[in-house]
Amino acid sequence: MTFIAQFNYWVAMALLAIGLYIVIARGNLVKKLVGLAIFQTSVYLLYISAGKIIGGTAPIIAQGLAVYSNPLPHVLILTAIVVGVATLALGLALVVRIKEAYGTIEEDDIHSQDEER
Amino acid sequence: MIAQHFPALQVVVPLMAAPLCVLLRNARLAWAMALAVSWAMVFVAGSLLARVLQEGVISYALGSWEPPWGIEYRIDPLNAFVLVLVSLVGALVISYSRESVDHEVRREQHYLFYAAYLLCLAGLLGIAITGDAFNVFVFLEISSLSTYVLIALGRDRRALTASYQYLIMGTIGATFIVIGVGLLYLMTGTLNMHDLSQRLPAVEHTRPVLAALAFLTVGISLKLALFPLHLWLPNAYAFAPSMVTAFLAATATKVAVYLLLRFFFTVFGAPLVLGEMPLPEILLALSLAAMFAMSIVATFQDDVKRMLAYSSVAQIGYITLGVSTGTAAGLTGTVVHLFNHGITKGALFLLLGCMAMGMKRVTLQHMRGIGRIMPVTTFGVVIGGLGLIGVPLTAGFVSKWYLVLGALERGWWWVAVLILASSLLAVVYVWRIVEAAYFKPPGEQVARLREAPLSMLVPAWAMIAATVYFGVDTRFTAGVAARVAELLLGGFR
Repeated sequence: MTFIAQFNYWVAMALLAIGLYIVIARGNLVKKLVGLAIFQTSVYLLYISAGKIIGGTAPIIAQGLAVYSNPLPHVLILTAIVVGVATLALGLALVVRIKEAYGTIEEDDIHSQDEER
Repeated sequence: MIAQHFPALQVVVPLMAAPLCVLLRNARLAWAMALAVSWAMVFVAGSLLARVLQEGVISYALGSWEPPWGIEYRIDPLNAFVLVLVSLVGALVISYSRESVDHEVRREQHYLFYAAYLLCLAGLLGIAITGDAFNVFVFLEISSLSTYVLIALGRDRRALTASYQYLIMGTIGATFIVIGVGLLYLMTGTLNMHDLSQRLPAVEHTRPVLAALAFLTVGISLKLALFPLHLWLPNAYAFAPSMVTAFLAATATKVAVYLLLRFFFTVFGAPLVLGEMPLPEILLALSLAAMFAMSIVATFQDDVKRMLAYSSVAQIGYITLGVSTGTAAGLTGTVVHLFNHGITKGALFLLLGCMAMGMKRVTLQHMRGIGRIMPVTTFGVVIGGLGLIGVPLTAGFVSKWYLVLGALERGWWWVAVLILASSLLAVVYVWRIVEAAYFKPPGEQVARLREAPLSMLVPAWAMIAATVYFGVDTRFTAGVAARVAELLLGGFR
């Protein structure tokens, strides 16, 4: 029962671990960024799950509405999403520059090129 | 009247100046703007510190939204001290930067470079000044993203991979911090740090709060490059433009240390963090490992910037060691070393930047005999090096003195011995620089060099002079730090 009740949190933690694993295990710089994006997304889920009340509406004062979801986590996560997009964009821009400079985006190849010099 | 709004201006002015720099699209104007803003920030930070020391904590409600609902800027002696450090280093570095940036960064990128610098400054000042836990994350990302850009503008192509690596590690660190903050919010329903500290004791022993402490500790440790989470640092420092290295070495990791102190002592409180959790033991072990392992690695480096980067990780070990003692003297050592190491390392990297004007990479091989060609610069490096070792009459001595006192007060006499022993390792790598600079005949490349221009030497030497001054007159640094330590511990132990 508790597993179902905390389903969202389990998913968030699973995504967290999956994202982190991709960042560590993959040598391709773009795939690493994909892992990083999944890793960050897990946090969005964590926040939003806590703010949501089943059956709750948006926090608007109107007749017949009594149960509201907490708007604050949603707002925070909007900010976090913007940050995540900026990070991803900058990361991809760096990968483009790395590709221009090294001719590859595989970590091992980049290391071996640096070793040679 | 305007002094009322200094807390907001401290962050808003550089934040607004950055897009203006981009609009100016002119290297000289952008530099002049960055210069004016940086020095204005020194004035603002200085007057805030003076006010805090006289009148006590300043609470500023941003946009007049009352805390704890609105974002509060809360300034006490600790963050006022950090604000002064960051803005002062920023101002000196930007005064120095014109010739160095001309030399190291492509001309058409200059105005963007200064815009990124201003954003980084705004982010770092923001982290230090804000009293809102989520706001910390936002400023952290502003400063981090601009830092990645600044590092990637280095001449060597390895600057790109260094920046990428830092982006990955930095984002993991920042995300851990958001998770920690999120868990705290779930348990208390507030994001205001002061409010958190009031509400946390009621739920202190629940699992989410302890998990939050763990996430925050690891996340912040990544940003402050605590051994073994320092892997991003050596390459980032080695390949970034000289001015960026100096700025980051003196401010970025220091602000992260401030954040650690803030969460440990203000939000969670010393009794939980140092009393019940095994954090002192963990911090002590990692600090000692950093001091020894990184100093030894530093002695084997040929690239001098890299050598000093590893030395930075070792010095961060001293800073966290002070936290682990949990005594007033140890914490005083931590706070003083924040400042002292900041200016010492900043000065050293600025002087290396002077040398980098004439050579592609500053290696021990390239700098042979440079003491005769660039006497003023090299002599500065020697004094800075003595500061790293902690020779009396330099600022480094003062901080190590307090750290040793802290260790002894705790009864850890063997730690005190280890602090002294690790200083001997610093002697080895500083000696390698001295040997190459003074006792080797100048090579062909070095013979063609000239002394650096005054516009670079004056700011760099101002910082070197400061390391000597604060090694002799400790009223300001140790005085403020002792007050801060008292405040942080709040009667603990």
